[in-house]
Amino acid sequence: MKKAIFYIVLVIAALLFIYPFIWMIAASIAPENEIGTLTLLPSGFSLDSYFQMFDKIPIGRAFVNSMIVASSITLGVLVLGSMVGYALSKLEFKGRDLIFYIIIFTMTLPFQITLIPQYLLIVKLGWVDSYMGLIMPYLMNALGIIMFRQYFKTIPQDLIDAARLDGCGELKIIFRILWPNSIPALVTIGIITFMASWNEVLWPLIVIRDEALMTMPQLVTLFAVGGRADSQLGVKLAAAVMLALPIIIAYLFFQKYFIQSMASSGIKE
Amino acid sequence: MKNKLTPYLLVSPYIIHFILFVAFPVTFSIVLTFHKWNIISPMEYTGLTNYIRLFSDATFWKSLGNTLVFLVIHIPLQIIVALLIAEILNQNLKFRGFFRAAFFLPVVVSGVVVTILWQQLYGFDVGLLNRLLVKIGLSKIGWLTDPDIAMPSIAIMATWKNVGLYVILFLVGLQTVPSHFYEAADLEGATRWQKFFKITIPMINPTIFMVVILSTIGGFSLFIEPYVMTGGGPLNSTISAVLYIYKQGFFYYHMGYASTLGIFFAGIILLVVVIQKKFVERD
Repeated sequence: MKKAIFYIVLVIAALLFIYPFIWMIAASIAPENEIGTLTLLPSGFSLDSYFQMFDKIPIGRAFVNSMIVASSITLGVLVLGSMVGYALSKLEFKGRDLIFYIIIFTMTLPFQITLIPQYLLIVKLGWVDSYMGLIMPYLMNALGIIMFRQYFKTIPQDLIDAARLDGCGELKIIFRILWPNSIPALVTIGIITFMASWNEVLWPLIVIRDEALMTMPQLVTLFAVGGRADSQLGVKLAAAVMLALPIIIAYLFFQKYFIQSMASSGIKE
Repeated sequence: MKNKLTPYLLVSPYIIHFILFVAFPVTFSIVLTFHKWNIISPMEYTGLTNYIRLFSDATFWKSLGNTLVFLVIHIPLQIIVALLIAEILNQNLKFRGFFRAAFFLPVVVSGVVVTILWQQLYGFDVGLLNRLLVKIGLSKIGWLTDPDIAMPSIAIMATWKNVGLYVILFLVGLQTVPSHFYEAADLEGATRWQKFFKITIPMINPTIFMVVILSTIGGFSLFIEPYVMTGGGPLNSTISAVLYIYKQGFFYYHMGYASTLGIFFAGIILLVVVIQKKFVERD
């Protein structure tokens, strides 16, 4: 009896969380006159909204831009972060603690403080309207470094000493010995970083003005607020579907990793 | 032993990045607060003008107040809903994985998508919520058009978007409560509610505080939701502090003043988070 109530509560709650997404997809493929009706089963099927959207905004280009930016940032965070994390956990050197404290300090620094001067720096470097402007500020991630450092600490020193005796250099130790033994850390940091960059919208709004270089969330945002999609709900929803779909598909396949990664990033902060 | 320089080479990308993208911007930001600058014409020293202006800037204080309204609704709502769902999921039920995944779905999707969706739910004439209200004989609510309701509406949406993450955090917390505590309570004849308030809540206190701190930091960054949904209106009732800083900086190009707002606001954030952390440590 008690269990039955629990199930009913859960099913209703789950519907509240899933229904809007199903409706969004259903409405984006419904004929224009049925879009506002909020039913899940349109009487016809039409890709009109999608064709109109492709006509109005360079969404394909934006997808490629987002891919390039999010992949570069993720790669950078993994490669550079593991180098720093390795030095901080396995090597002895002067200033090591100082660097560690600086990293901890930057984690507590609200981004609101650097927003304006960082933009001015990008202007000075000539990186406005370029991939560099989108990628460079995010190449290092304090949380990523801390997580690598923590994970590498659990890897036995013997493994590293043995590799050194075999004549391995430090980079070879990191990428040939540590990486294959750190898959969980790589997956976690990779997912958090990729998701955060894929969904980031404030920074692109600031440094990119050229439509051809806009990221997907930025383009969809400007389309939604700019009035170009006014009275054409279907087109707006089609754009939202295009933005949500890649992450939703990835999530359906790697659901467990997504949840674990995001939860562990929350716990460690 | 290897070359003494190796560790420094490995951390050098971080140091360069730190100087360029953290140390320099923070320092420059402080310098900027004493200047007037629109990027194009030369910087002009103005002393404390920006700070004086900040204290008499009604819109800025309004934006701080709005952010506070958001937090005051968002944080308790988030904790209650997440705890409730986590508590139910923690029972021995089937399809737990499915439910967990469903609640987590909005967490992974872009805030822009969520905002576009909820704009439809909140629509005055054709929105789902108002249609339901009319159907059961109530009058329509100006979810996004009534200045008193617009910010609470955004807070409800943000809770819907983030609550899945906190469900997971609470589930982790609940699993750390030793089951013999509950067994002992059962022997004493404790009710479900007594067990919840006397055992569960005190045991997962650390998780609750973590959720408070995480959603405080998240709430202080509120930007895209009001930007897309309301543009800060009606009557500036949903303009958040970050949205206001963004407008000062990138609509009006008041770089000096926007920096001053940024530093002041960051100070408030740090203060609030430090107070919250002190509260946790004392506990």
